[in-house]
Amino acid sequence: MKYAIRAGDIEHGGSASARIKSELSRAGVDATTARRAGIVAFEGEMNLIVYSDDGGTLSVIVEPDAVMIELEDTGPGIEDIDLAMTPGFSTAPVWATDLGFGAGMGLVNMQKHSDIFEIHSKLGVGTRIQCRIERKGDWAMNRREG
Amino acid sequence: MRLSEIIDRLSLDVLTPASDVDSEVTGAYCGDLLSHVLAKAAAGDLWITIQHHANIVAVAQVTGLQAVLIVDGRSPNEETLTRAKDGGIILLGTSESAFIMAGRLHTLLAD
Repeated sequence: MKYAIRAGDIEHGGSASARIKSELSRAGVDATTARRAGIVAFEGEMNLIVYSDDGGTLSVIVEPDAVMIELEDTGPGIEDIDLAMTPGFSTAPVWATDLGFGAGMGLVNMQKHSDIFEIHSKLGVGTRIQCRIERKGDWAMNRREG
Repeated sequence: MRLSEIIDRLSLDVLTPASDVDSEVTGAYCGDLLSHVLAKAAAGDLWITIQHHANIVAVAQVTGLQAVLIVDGRSPNEETLTRAKDGGIILLGTSESAFIMAGRLHTLLAD
């Protein structure tokens, strides 16, 4: 699944993530993994809407033992990733914070709900985030059955 | 406690009338910062907030929350109501504050 997310499109914010979560459930991904993937996707989707210059892509790949979520944009890039990963740090505009976005927890939440979280960013070039969410619920179920 | 009983005991307005309010509420989370709701609310919680824009529906969906209680008499617009209906999220309303609602709900769930 690949979704194009438009910058500034707050009206549809979260719509892709809600669809992703229900598609994952339909594809047989366990509830815990689908929920974690939904949260990771939501935070990533909102980041593209609030911060990217020209939007970006939100991709989901379902593997036998994990769900992969990838986000990619073409700028502006993050100057200091460690600072951006600090809980509570935010550069969100007022229109976003008024709606309850921009609490400075987005990247933190993505990392917390991922088993592997990788972020690469370059000023003026863009940001790429890759998240791997292990299908632990499925494993537990397979173990019980097997 | 069943959501229908909470609606009755707290005199809540059901803003999405055709909703199935028979589900079980196991707890609640009170907050207006969406990332905190995503991080802290548990599936099955009732979410108490002043936010009433369309994005709350997606937050509820991905977090596994069945119902959102919008406090302070704030009203969601048509877009929010439509998305809630389509997404199977129950929207509730009250003119009371988050403080009053959280306190009364806490007492109800502790009984």
